[in-house]
Amino acid sequence: MLPELKVVALVSIGQHIKSGRFQRADQDARAVELGLKLRGVDLTVLHAGSADEPVLRRYLGAGLKAITVLEQPAKADIVGPMCEYLNEQGAQIILAGTKAECGEASGMIPYLVGERLGWPVVSRVADILSVANGEAEILQALPRGQRRLLKVRLPFVASVDNAADAPRQSAFGPGQRGHIHRVQAAVVADELSASWTQVPAKKRPKRLAVVKAKSAADRFKAATAKSQGAGGVVLQAEAPREQAQAIVDLLLEEGLIQ
Amino acid sequence: MSFDDGEELRRRDPRVEHILRNRLHPQHESLISAPAETRGPSGLVRKNPHQIGFIGPNGLKRIDRLAGNGPVLGRDVRAAKVKTEALRPLVSIAQAEQFVVAVMDMVGGRLTAHDKDVLGQAQQLAAEIPEVCAVVAVVFGAVKEDAFELAGVDRLIHLRGEDYQGYCPEQSIAALQVIDQKLSPRFWLFPDSVHGAGELGLRLAARLQERPATQAWQVSSEKTTFRGGSQRTDICVDTPRLLLLAEESAAPIEDTRHEVVPMSELTEDLAAQVLPCIKDGGQVAVDPKQISLAEAEFILAAGNGITDWEQFHSASEILRATEGASRVAVDDGLMPRNTQVGATGTWVSARVYIAVGISGAVQHLQGIASCDKVIAINTDAGCDMVKRADLSVIGDSQEILAELIQLCELRQEQEMKQGVEHVA
Repeated sequence: MLPELKVVALVSIGQHIKSGRFQRADQDARAVELGLKLRGVDLTVLHAGSADEPVLRRYLGAGLKAITVLEQPAKADIVGPMCEYLNEQGAQIILAGTKAECGEASGMIPYLVGERLGWPVVSRVADILSVANGEAEILQALPRGQRRLLKVRLPFVASVDNAADAPRQSAFGPGQRGHIHRVQAAVVADELSASWTQVPAKKRPKRLAVVKAKSAADRFKAATAKSQGAGGVVLQAEAPREQAQAIVDLLLEEGLIQ
Repeated sequence: MSFDDGEELRRRDPRVEHILRNRLHPQHESLISAPAETRGPSGLVRKNPHQIGFIGPNGLKRIDRLAGNGPVLGRDVRAAKVKTEALRPLVSIAQAEQFVVAVMDMVGGRLTAHDKDVLGQAQQLAAEIPEVCAVVAVVFGAVKEDAFELAGVDRLIHLRGEDYQGYCPEQSIAALQVIDQKLSPRFWLFPDSVHGAGELGLRLAARLQERPATQAWQVSSEKTTFRGGSQRTDICVDTPRLLLLAEESAAPIEDTRHEVVPMSELTEDLAAQVLPCIKDGGQVAVDPKQISLAEAEFILAAGNGITDWEQFHSASEILRATEGASRVAVDDGLMPRNTQVGATGTWVSARVYIAVGISGAVQHLQGIASCDKVIAINTDAGCDMVKRADLSVIGDSQEILAELIQLCELRQEQEMKQGVEHVA
């Protein structure tokens, strides 16, 4: 834990993917968990929106003392006021989820905040290993469970990936006892989104394999032909040594062993 | 209609057949060739060697002594498949007035299916623009792809060199910004994926102070529909300049060929003068046991045919593979439940999947449907797993795994030796 560090976690309201019930946003909760690991209960947790939102109590239930809420109406551009507040507070590390679970969910917040403050943005963070001498060692999550080591100078913005540690359980009692700081902030209207039309999403159709046949015979063949299992190489009579060698060759070709 | 492409079609001409049957037809004489065997004036049988047999597929003359009763010759299925694909018509754009720029993921240096969809969308948008419009693909780092022309790339900007190795978002964004200033493209397209190009799209949008559409899946030059958070809403907007496309937003290019003209004059002065704040420390070795089965790249799975479990675990360790199991192995308590592969377990997407002693129940084969390469080690050559596998090894799994472990150990020893020599 690093007591002298100023860490801020940005949280939003999440939504269950099937039931639509409001809940902690998963990645934001992971960001809070990462912040708790770095900074303990003194972590600053910031939300821009309504302070009366019951979901905020769930975040508090993870053992936080307080949440700061920048009071903003539903359709507002929160980036400007938020950056102003973050600048005032002298934050050094800003943690946020990669993507929101409600609304537009473009995943732009970390980049917009980073751009506005002029800080580097590290995406898809799985863990922050250490912060020392004004430099942080970060593990970035790559596809297929791989990790990359990055070094960044403070201050920076980090978007937290699903690969980060799972958030601790939220307890009801501490959630009710936690304090919610209300901060008044300027309101910038988001005019562009007023003209958008929103409809409930329908399931997207899967792409069909269309047969592009030039002649009737080809079309007939495509319609009637059984998909012939290409059937790979079968090594039956060879000695186990040769068989094992064939497997090693294939693994080498795929670059899975050196 | 031409028959030079694909397989040759054998067409029947009913009129000619009719004439051949009718000996009284005036054209009958001209259509039938003289028979190969005739009786000469002296009563001897004369054979015309030019009339006997037919020319086989390899150009040699063949005589069918079975009189058509044998197996059909000259129709080798494999030979027909090897035939080269017909050349697609070339689309060339000499002078482009507008540009649609697409930034590619290039996983492993090759275009992904998602990249090709994005290029297809780029061509669609280019066709909707009234001016002459070229599709520009931007790729970073080492490239192994050789089919840019078939994917719909009119112009190619390839940013290579040390600045663009590994994770380098700051340099990449600086380069994209220069491209934006020079070409002022009508649209910027990115695949909305986890492989890096999606992130660049968001960074560029933040840098240019423009609002992108993410997870866009229905795009025309006027209107765009994109998916909101948690996949719950569709939002319809006027098409922005920056678009991050969802998978399968448009069909890839299939009918045309494009000339891939490198935009060398652009790439020359793109040498990034950025001082990067983020330093790439390279990939970290990850314990394969910690990787979740669903996203593991390389899986060694065990089934009923395994007797020596110690050996199986040591094999997975030395191969650095994630362990999987069939349902039988899990039900018998030999492997933990979270390693089960198949319909009731995990649906895996490994690049290489080695099934040791798994016969391949339907549920299991469903679970490995999206694996690229499957290797089967089994005693039964007729089992379903062998039919599915790209490489099947028939034999005792214990012996084969022992050999596999030995080979890997040998390789490691050799590497150690080489390393020592290198240091010395």
